[in-house]
Amino acid sequence: MPDDFSRYFKPGCVHRQIYTDPAIFEIEMRRIFGCAWIYVGHESQIRKPGDYFATRLGRRPVVMVRGEGGKIHVVHNQCAHRGAMVVATDSGNAPEFTCCYHGWTYHLDGKLKAVPLNHGYPRDFDTGNPQLAMTPVKRVSSYRGFVFASEAADGLSLEESLGHMATSLDDMIDRAPDGEIEVAGGTFKHAYDANWKVYFENLCDAAHPLFTHRSSIEAAQQQSDAVHSDGTGEIAIRQMRQNGAPYSFWEGQVGIWTYPNGHSYLGDYHDDSKLVAAMKDPVFRDYLNALEKKKGKKEAQRILEVRRWNSNIYPNVSLMSQFQQLRVVHPIAVDRTVVQTFNFRLKGAPEQMFRNTIAFANIVNGTGSLVLTDDLEIYNRIDIGLSAQGTEWLQVGRGYQSDQPDPHGGRKGINSTSEVYIRNMLDAWLGYMNGTPAQPARAVS
Amino acid sequence: MPLRGRAPRVTAGLDLNRCEQFLMHEARLLDEAKFDDWLALFAADAWYWVPSEPGQNNPHDTVSLIYDDRRLLETRVRRLASPRMYSQEPRSRCSRIVANVTLEESDGAGATVRSKFLMIEYRREQQRLFAGTAWHRLVQTGSAIRIAWKRVDLVNCDAPMDGITQPF
Repeated sequence: MPDDFSRYFKPGCVHRQIYTDPAIFEIEMRRIFGCAWIYVGHESQIRKPGDYFATRLGRRPVVMVRGEGGKIHVVHNQCAHRGAMVVATDSGNAPEFTCCYHGWTYHLDGKLKAVPLNHGYPRDFDTGNPQLAMTPVKRVSSYRGFVFASEAADGLSLEESLGHMATSLDDMIDRAPDGEIEVAGGTFKHAYDANWKVYFENLCDAAHPLFTHRSSIEAAQQQSDAVHSDGTGEIAIRQMRQNGAPYSFWEGQVGIWTYPNGHSYLGDYHDDSKLVAAMKDPVFRDYLNALEKKKGKKEAQRILEVRRWNSNIYPNVSLMSQFQQLRVVHPIAVDRTVVQTFNFRLKGAPEQMFRNTIAFANIVNGTGSLVLTDDLEIYNRIDIGLSAQGTEWLQVGRGYQSDQPDPHGGRKGINSTSEVYIRNMLDAWLGYMNGTPAQPARAVS
Repeated sequence: MPLRGRAPRVTAGLDLNRCEQFLMHEARLLDEAKFDDWLALFAADAWYWVPSEPGQNNPHDTVSLIYDDRRLLETRVRRLASPRMYSQEPRSRCSRIVANVTLEESDGAGATVRSKFLMIEYRREQQRLFAGTAWHRLVQTGSAIRIAWKRVDLVNCDAPMDGITQPF
């Protein structure tokens, strides 16, 4: 492997190998997923001491757990003895963690508590040795309830790393009349046979919906509204129709913003009164009343004027703050990725609004969605296409050298179908891979 | 040749044998990709549900792999016929086995039927296996049987899963 990964980039182009080479993937796991701030989970998933949520940091199994004193820990889900995974269920509550192999038991902060038959180990065996633990991930930080962890002992703080993108997390919370949100309503785990980066590279792609999602757009456009719906299908069909906005709208009206460290968001494209809170459908009228009562008219208006579609916090989490959705990208192998999705309940909002959130989740994040299945097909086809020699250099040059500065330190695409957000992620990628994340190199932009 | 769009005729109440015949007819329509005919089996206010969690108690407060009211089910079936449905290019080929059919509840005009199924889906050099329990609420409408609702519990409903395009 070269020391300088810039060889995989040319102006406006990226080499296919970074999506298909297992050796590069291994380095990504160390230098990106073993270094950057990685989203782990939300504090509402672990309310009480002993509550835990088992997930992955890159490929490494970790447990996010609330300790006795209320502090949140993220520890490697691995026994210090023979390396077995300790916590085998996705979530739950436990007073301590016990390995099922030889009964080594750990405190909730990962420290070793007790070892059966401990007289049989070498003389210098010390259960107080910090190495003998479910090792804590080096840094854990919560931004207003969103928990991130980093394997790097030092580096940018979470707030520094998020920069202006923290405003999308703010937006998620601000929309709750009571100022509090909670993970609720289950989860999807959708999977595909391709690299993790292609998922992120699709999230702000305003040029694909009209083509890729044509079958669901047309099927929804042709659907009679006279047919029975309990409300769920109506939300889904309205969402699919919105994807049919013309190219001129996608290109001119939406907007794409990018920020340091690979982050980006696409402006929103919805104008449907049952989907957009600002548009005062009866459900939203109750919501707006609740929001104004708690926050005041002016602040409520400010909140609802924040209109973002996907906000992507590089390298592993994307959220739809306006629609209470969050997706976490888990790289499994160079050509296998699992995306776990979550919904948030806005405390103080009408119950029907959460039910609409669920209906919305089914259509935008569902494994059986009429929309998402075509995205997954694209990812699979990208991997099939990239896996053999042929087209070596991929085009990511839409809008190249026409970016505009953003007052918050980022750059905005000349129009919403600019691939500036892909180039921005590749710049961050190069920074991490070359070991200079604080000063990312401009790779392709 | 299968009869298009016609469910087995019913002259008496919904007994086990008629329900079983109906489920086999439904599975055959799906295997043969006659989705319009499959849709015609559903009542005008029917729903079709594939939960995302074991024992999920409703489709409104928790996400579902599929939850279609009648309107969305129509849209789903219309999309399945689209040549622009890229996730069905090439098309899946499926083989369904329906077995262990039991009548859970029957009052003459309607019956709740539990069955087990295995479905093999083949597409683009890959074969997937689905298994689970199906629950049908069947009602007799004139001489026809209609599905008032159908719930499909996959044994792996909460597993990481590639996209689902084929109804179970």
